[in-house]
Amino acid sequence: MMDERFAQGNSLLHTRDPKAKIIAATAFVTASAITNSFTVAAVSFALSIVLFFLTKLPVQLVLKRLLAVNSFTFFLWLTLPLTYGGSEFTAVGPLSLSMEGIRLAALITLKTNAIVISIIALLGTSRIANIGHALESLHLPQNLCFILLFSYRYVFVIYQEYRRLVRAAQLRCFVPATSIHTYRTFGYLFGMTLVKSWNRATRVHQAMVLRGFDGHLIPLSQDRYTSDDTIFLSVMLSLTLLLILLNFL
Amino acid sequence: MHISEGVLSPSILIAGGAITCAGTAIGLKKLNYDKVMGVSLLTSTFFVASLIHVPLGPGSVHLVLGGLMGILLGWSCFPAILVALFLQTIFFQYGGLVVLGANTTIMALPAVICFYLFRTWFKENGRKRQVAAFSCGFLSIFLSSLLMALALSFTDKGFLQASQLIIAAHLPLMFIEGIITMFTVSFLAKVQPEFLQIKE
Repeated sequence: MMDERFAQGNSLLHTRDPKAKIIAATAFVTASAITNSFTVAAVSFALSIVLFFLTKLPVQLVLKRLLAVNSFTFFLWLTLPLTYGGSEFTAVGPLSLSMEGIRLAALITLKTNAIVISIIALLGTSRIANIGHALESLHLPQNLCFILLFSYRYVFVIYQEYRRLVRAAQLRCFVPATSIHTYRTFGYLFGMTLVKSWNRATRVHQAMVLRGFDGHLIPLSQDRYTSDDTIFLSVMLSLTLLLILLNFL
Repeated sequence: MHISEGVLSPSILIAGGAITCAGTAIGLKKLNYDKVMGVSLLTSTFFVASLIHVPLGPGSVHLVLGGLMGILLGWSCFPAILVALFLQTIFFQYGGLVVLGANTTIMALPAVICFYLFRTWFKENGRKRQVAAFSCGFLSIFLSSLLMALALSFTDKGFLQASQLIIAAHLPLMFIEGIITMFTVSFLAKVQPEFLQIKE
């Protein structure tokens, strides 16, 4: 579930420096998110697909993700055409579908998918550990990057600890249902997970202090910013600028 | 409880981003070097909470536990929620980058409000703490869905009915979160009271 499948590979995008990718992704996503024009949304969708093919990742993987992400847009498709008002597009029985509602739902769907695909292509292709260190070198607060790196490090451990508690409950014939007993069990299970993670935090902190930890994390893999990254970043930024200018056409 | 990328208008995105920046700055300022490890691990624990699906009738809902986060972390829940949402963006592509500020505000602001409303109640044993814990879970989801609805309807008047639907759809979750927060807090009070900063 959380295995960073997109980060495996050695394509053009996988090998770029995470700093360049973070800046490129932020600019591109901002430009696509705030637009109101169909042309811009369509162009950014096309660009994101080009980016995705540059990663050489299997298509089925991303389709599965898109399915999950589109649950919110699906909700918009259910509500907006019926409730938006404005001029009528067509009437199905007693329901009238509004033209503007359909337009807005379509625009949002296009934008959301473009952004999700571009985030997979740009950020998903780096490991979170590398992104954390890149954010730190981009001068984000050190403590924030620390929380990012460490919570990422321990998410898997804590998830497994929680799974172990659930397994223990299942061995004792716990079957979840809509009942107060289920909610009490989940409440206690989560409470135990909290207690375990809190105690683990104390131990990890003590162990790190013993080894001379001074609030500074040293990355294991040194990402080097090369001239290729500069070229990549300038191409991405000029494409983003083009997207912004398209708004005014 | 996410708004997808590409839905909100620029002004709402900027407002959300500004509140998140301010909240995160306060949260980080209150964090000293000894506490940062605890906050990191609680962040991952709450990330795990969002993977817990509890049954509700024929379907299931996943936990949010924003109220509990507010009680345990205070202002530090801003950086914690920001990081948790960022991880969700990278892992599952829920939410997004530009909308991160708005989504963080939607979850963290109610958590901080719950922290200030109920923190004195948590120090007392018995029924008062139970009531406070339930209200915390309930209120944080209610306020979050309210903020989400406001963000949507300020973006576009056409979202008005959709956002009313969002609040209504979150009603069952409010009760479940209230009940589970209540049980978790009573468990913590027994097992590790220093967690809640309660004196014995």
